[in-house]
Amino acid sequence: MSDSMINASLRQLSAALAEKKISSVELTTLFLDRIAQLNPSLNAFIATDREKSLAQARAADAAPQPCGALHGIPLAHKDIFCTEGWRTSCGSKMLENFIAPYDATVVEKFKAAGMVTLGKLNMDEFAMGSSNETSYFGAVKNPWDVSRVPGGSSGGSAAAISARLAPAATGTDTGGSIRQPAALCGLTGLKPTYGVVSRYGMIAFASSLDQAGPMAKSAEDCALLLNAMAGFDPRDSTSLERPAEDYARDLNQPLAGLRIGLPGEFFGAGMDDDVRATVEVALDEYRKLGAVTVDISLPNSGLSVPAYYVIAPAEASSNLSRFDGVRYGYRAPEYGDLNDMYAKTRAQGFGAEVKRRILIGTYVLSHGYYDAYYLKAQKIRRLIAVDFSDAFKKCDVIMGPASPSVAFAFGAKSADPVQMYLSDIYTISTNLAGLPGMSIPCGFGNNNMPVGLQIIGNWFDEARMLNVAHQYQQMTDWHTQMPEGMR
Amino acid sequence: MSLNSQDVSRIARLARVELSAAENAATCDQLNAILGFIAQLQAVDTDGIEPMAHAVDVVQRLRPDVVSETDRRDAFQAVAPDVEAGLYLVPRVIE
Amino acid sequence: MNREAQWEVVIGLETHAQLKTQSKIFSGASTAFGAEPNRQACAVDIALPGVLPVFNREAAVCAIKFGLSVGATIAPRSIFARKNYFYPDLPKGYQISQFELPVVSGGGLQIRVGETEKFVNLTRAHLEEDAGKSLHEDFQGKTGIDLNRAGTPLLEIVSEPEMRSSAEAVAYAKALHALVQWIGICDGNMQEGSFRCDANVSVRRPGAELGTRREIKNLNSFRFMQQAIDFEVQWQINEIEEGRKIQQATVLFDPDSGETRAMRSKEDAHDYRYFPDPDLLPLEITPAWIDQVKADLPELPQAMQQRFQSDYGLSAYDAAALTAQRGLADFFQRAVALTGAAQAKLVANWLQGEISARLNREERDIADAPVTPEQLAGVIARIVDHTISNNIAKKVFEALWAGEGSSADAIIEAQGLKQITDTSAIEALVDEVLAANQKSVEEFRAGKEKAFNALVGQAMKATKGKANPQQVTDLLKKKLGG
Repeated sequence: MSDSMINASLRQLSAALAEKKISSVELTTLFLDRIAQLNPSLNAFIATDREKSLAQARAADAAPQPCGALHGIPLAHKDIFCTEGWRTSCGSKMLENFIAPYDATVVEKFKAAGMVTLGKLNMDEFAMGSSNETSYFGAVKNPWDVSRVPGGSSGGSAAAISARLAPAATGTDTGGSIRQPAALCGLTGLKPTYGVVSRYGMIAFASSLDQAGPMAKSAEDCALLLNAMAGFDPRDSTSLERPAEDYARDLNQPLAGLRIGLPGEFFGAGMDDDVRATVEVALDEYRKLGAVTVDISLPNSGLSVPAYYVIAPAEASSNLSRFDGVRYGYRAPEYGDLNDMYAKTRAQGFGAEVKRRILIGTYVLSHGYYDAYYLKAQKIRRLIAVDFSDAFKKCDVIMGPASPSVAFAFGAKSADPVQMYLSDIYTISTNLAGLPGMSIPCGFGNNNMPVGLQIIGNWFDEARMLNVAHQYQQMTDWHTQMPEGMR
Repeated sequence: MSLNSQDVSRIARLARVELSAAENAATCDQLNAILGFIAQLQAVDTDGIEPMAHAVDVVQRLRPDVVSETDRRDAFQAVAPDVEAGLYLVPRVIE
Repeated sequence: MNREAQWEVVIGLETHAQLKTQSKIFSGASTAFGAEPNRQACAVDIALPGVLPVFNREAAVCAIKFGLSVGATIAPRSIFARKNYFYPDLPKGYQISQFELPVVSGGGLQIRVGETEKFVNLTRAHLEEDAGKSLHEDFQGKTGIDLNRAGTPLLEIVSEPEMRSSAEAVAYAKALHALVQWIGICDGNMQEGSFRCDANVSVRRPGAELGTRREIKNLNSFRFMQQAIDFEVQWQINEIEEGRKIQQATVLFDPDSGETRAMRSKEDAHDYRYFPDPDLLPLEITPAWIDQVKADLPELPQAMQQRFQSDYGLSAYDAAALTAQRGLADFFQRAVALTGAAQAKLVANWLQGEISARLNREERDIADAPVTPEQLAGVIARIVDHTISNNIAKKVFEALWAGEGSSADAIIEAQGLKQITDTSAIEALVDEVLAANQKSVEEFRAGKEKAFNALVGQAMKATKGKANPQQVTDLLKKKLGG
């Protein structure tokens, strides 16, 4: 039974709960036990609280029927979401002792849906990283090979689901932080259109790029999770007022006639051969499903990484100014005057990558450089967005690799920031444009490591993307595969 | 343009991040590598292109002028490093 | 040639007016003054991780009202920007303000110094949030931070550097202070910091390029503004004449010493790294919205002055004085509505005389005057219908002010102040006075005009002032002159 439960889809879990084949307490206990057993080797969870989780599960079991589609199912939150009464660290020493006094909107929504919080998931510090090596709490290991990175920044989320420590998790994506770890750990992860999911209570990295999304085993699971996550929030000015959608509504639509755009820029040099070969096979699968592929061009996409590394650090440098040791969080034990308190607190509380980005961001916004860097990058951002809107005149979705390589070994890129930044070369442009993007497992590359296929949709086209992913997952079983060592 | 150690000190002071001399040197190299990478933006012709500050092209929503928040000082100050009489304490500020 | 004449003073003012909203500019916390420390600082105000700002519509309405009242341009699209700096009363490490595209640009204010009128142009006015307060009383040698004020909406109003004396600067500040209260966007309470001015002051030889300016921060009274600018001007002139250069600086005024001194904490070269706030979208103000606000805007002082002159025949001076404050103008109009336009001049005289004098003496505002427009109109009505004389009217007014009665009529009745107008009663009285004061009668007949006044005085005294003085005079003349 436990084997079937850890591999079950959310719909199956929901049915089992409704039919009383299993209680929420039993299901929660099952996952908490797996966390206790397997997490020490993975470091995916950085906080669990058995009593809190079980109290929620008991409440879910006691609720009158009928319940919603996610009621009683456990999930875990990336530690970037403020969760009332839980330590919310954002992977940083700065917030090592920060017990959040409120719930993020996303957390609130999942609570309202009756889901049980399993714990808080490790991540790159303040979501700045592509390998989870920047976490103050130590790196997360990839369940497919613990000598390799899980990707980042939502690496804890990806590893937890991949190892079946949680049936689902929240993630956030500023430049690929849902899609790249989903690809590297063999999961399905969706970054919605900017503004679809509230950012309230999600600790900001780069406000104009950050977007939360679901991570799970399948597209169908992601659709159900997105149904609970999405929606207008009056507490977030950038949250969009749109009618509620059922993101699962089109899952079963046939794909005949679907036009898949293949940008030449995503299939050039820089992609590893194993990834290329795996993605090509997936595209053939789509052709078998009746889709047609169209060559398109995103001429400015090569500029997305440099533009991103101006815009994101600029916003981050300002967003992270509130961590000053005055109202919450870390304060240096010894200091002289006020400025010394600030400088020591921030020097000791932030890790190297975060400091690097704060300094870059401070520099590009500083007097005399704003136009040359920040304004220039914003103009290029416009060019990149226009490329996409032109492309979507010729196709319905865009496909390509989610990551140029499979999961790499620890330390392989950490000495060279720019090499690390290029891990997100295929994902960053959608954040700049505000578009939805997802990654689905499409096979295995070198060393039997998972490869992710990226699907980019038009603005607000999440339901179609989920349909495109779901139809593929009806034909293939990559998304049901589980790392051998995690059984 | 590349940064020297004085530039790095100035930026670090502006950002309120203390750097030791050794950190300054290492940071200088890393920042220059990153700036070198983003320098490719300068070659792009962006004349007449409107900067894009937001991912979505909508205008600010307007909140009605209503008091909706209640006093939660005790909960908020439970996580504060140094408080007294309801005030957050910091090293003495001289104006 | 005196020293002042060799120098031209250049002053520009930056004024922070707290906007009269219920809730803060980007959060739902209350803006009420005087709460216990940090009890009105919500999650957004203390900048907890993850919180986000949402803009208060009413703050925009205030900005539109201001723009309309100074003839400025209201931007169809303005942008919120972050001004980045570290200070413990600034919880986010940046202030949300407006930089490149402010909500209001241009416009200006008419000011008057003595008999001279002058138009002062405005550069801009922009919306921003207030910071918290640093309390430097001793907390084990530390500074305490209260964030209740953090996030209170401000309109920062920036003038062109067009003032040429401290008197002009004060006149401008007073006119602005009156205007923001007039249109109801600011309570104008300077003690509570609702209206604060910074003055940029420089001096130059007439015709020369602008000198280096120093900014005097946080002037919270008009008297201090005058003193601070006067001191600063003298200081700058001395510095230059003694061969030193003025360094750009932020200075504070110490009311005890009457001197300005440079702030120590702001020595760091400023680099605010302004950029558009990604958490806030462009503020759109449509022509329809502006029209709607315009419809709700009260008549502005300039227009009202014109109307007072044309409708009520008031002098330009009276009209200007009555429209210097919204409360005064409202009082005037309510009283005139009851007395009729024909008595407008009388109402104006009472307001500027008796009422203003008492308010000044008691340091009260017109809003707190114990006499209502209805009560004043009641007094005037009894003067006009000769029930009481002007002198008795002052007594009645004093009684009203002291709260001794609810209306002029009640006081006249209770204190028996009704004027005696019965001719036969006055005639009998006059006869008595003449009989009792033969000496004065003789003196008058001998050509002493003063003696006549003494007789009038005696008659008035005998009636405790209630006789109609004109009737008394007429009767006395008749009887004496024969």
